[in-house]
Amino acid sequence: MINQVVLPAQHGVSTSNSIYNKRSRISDSVLLVLIYLCASISILVLVGIMGYVFVRGIPAISLTFLTSVPSTIKGTFGIIGNIVNTLYIIVITLLIATPLGVGAAIYLNEYAKGGKIVRIIEFTTETLAGIPSIIFGLFGYVFFGITLGLGYSILTGALTLAIMVLPLITRTTQEALKTVPVSYRSGALGIGATKWYMIRTILLPSAMPGIVTGIILAIGRIVGESAALLFTAGSGYLLPKDFFGKVFESGGTLTIQLYLCMQKAKYSEAFGIAVVLLVIVLAINGLAKFLSHKFNTEVKES
Amino acid sequence: MNTNTVKISSSNLNLYYGSNHALKDVNLELYTNKITAFIGPSGCGKSTYLKTLNRMNDLVPNVKIEGEVLLDGENIYDQRVDTTLLRKKIGMVFQQPNPFPMSIYDNVAYGPRIHGIKNKSELDDIVEKSLKGAALWEEVSSRLKKSALGLSGGQQQRLCIARALAVEPEVLLMDEPTSALDPISTLKIEDLMDELKEKYTVAIVTHNMQQATRIADHTAFFLVGEIVEYAPTTELFTVPKDKRTEDYITGRFG
Repeated sequence: MINQVVLPAQHGVSTSNSIYNKRSRISDSVLLVLIYLCASISILVLVGIMGYVFVRGIPAISLTFLTSVPSTIKGTFGIIGNIVNTLYIIVITLLIATPLGVGAAIYLNEYAKGGKIVRIIEFTTETLAGIPSIIFGLFGYVFFGITLGLGYSILTGALTLAIMVLPLITRTTQEALKTVPVSYRSGALGIGATKWYMIRTILLPSAMPGIVTGIILAIGRIVGESAALLFTAGSGYLLPKDFFGKVFESGGTLTIQLYLCMQKAKYSEAFGIAVVLLVIVLAINGLAKFLSHKFNTEVKES
Repeated sequence: MNTNTVKISSSNLNLYYGSNHALKDVNLELYTNKITAFIGPSGCGKSTYLKTLNRMNDLVPNVKIEGEVLLDGENIYDQRVDTTLLRKKIGMVFQQPNPFPMSIYDNVAYGPRIHGIKNKSELDDIVEKSLKGAALWEEVSSRLKKSALGLSGGQQQRLCIARALAVEPEVLLMDEPTSALDPISTLKIEDLMDELKEKYTVAIVTHNMQQATRIADHTAFFLVGEIVEYAPTTELFTVPKDKRTEDYITGRFG
């Protein structure tokens, strides 16, 4: 009746059948070293460039640098005009591109499901996202600047950039809409919501984190853009005299001023601007992370 | 008890998903203030049929529907039908509890708001009445402003029922409402349905034959898109007329 329990004999290290034969394999170690090397190089390059820019740029930054405009009479240099222009371009571009992009995404995802036209539009959107920005600059200069007679102005630049970031906003909004469960849609429609009511009250709020992320990524692209702006927004560096009138005047962003400084071999100013740009981009990325995280926890907890 | 008033009747209803003939000449009547259960093996068309009753199938691409479904004598597939008004009259509760990512209060108030009720005290009344109707008021009255996603599965499903009740429907369609729930929550919802039929006409799809015998007045047995047998529940389960019904309810297949 009593079950005999037989324990296996304790093996030493030497038995050929034992699992204790841990070996080190050379190919594994070599690969491991290589992978560590790749990782370190990429991090070093990033840290190196940032460090170099900061070391060379920070001495150029002063209160005058951040709060004045270039003046030949006083012989001073400052970028406040460019900072203001950058803000103008960001706001106007987003005012144009966000409604268009979100609207297009809603149409593609909710209304036009699966048809041939949708595939063509999606293909076009993706292609649009891959076009070199100088081509947008060329088009913007000729169409908005010359044909529509807007000349070198913040509006020309913003319209050009709006076309450029449109695919980005459309795509991120589409992705965000796709993550909203079908059950939310049928739940709302099943108790008599119209489609538009459902989109307004359920879909858009649920997709908001994704949409916000898309907008912030778009801001990143706007801040970093130069080629598309050089021949559209121009290179004006003065502060606006008239809040709305400025829209029709030339205005160079920080990147344009950076480009001009490099052209004139004014490297310390160039590095100063580079520091400001890097700080802005880092702040934007941080904000994007923070906001998407905040939205996520809101959905889970409250 | 024995007076059966027809609320919804479908005649020669055929439904195709592309080339797949999913419902074949379905003729069925739902009676006012009665619970009708649809049973049958997976893929037999019982859920599909339920969805044709408030036109949720309209949302599926490549669906073709022939025949008619009369609600109080009006064909719901008529050109003149406003699906929003139709779905206000015929509410639906789904298999998976699907509360919206908003507060408990806003979930229940969602339907009334669609139909233009904005008055705060009026909404408060509707929310309280609907939650009481779904036997959930006691459990959530102190935390109406909290997210509905924090509720348990059973509570979420009762919230979805409350949400459907809030638009004061006449008919309630339930697509396997307890299949994702534990036995205790299931029992609560079954008790609830018994109360609901005093005011509403209820149709329920269920995989659970015991559930059908417990709650339904009439039961329809579906098989590959056809109704094999439709009878008062006790009759269908004790003296089935069709051999296939007998085989199914005795567990010989399905």
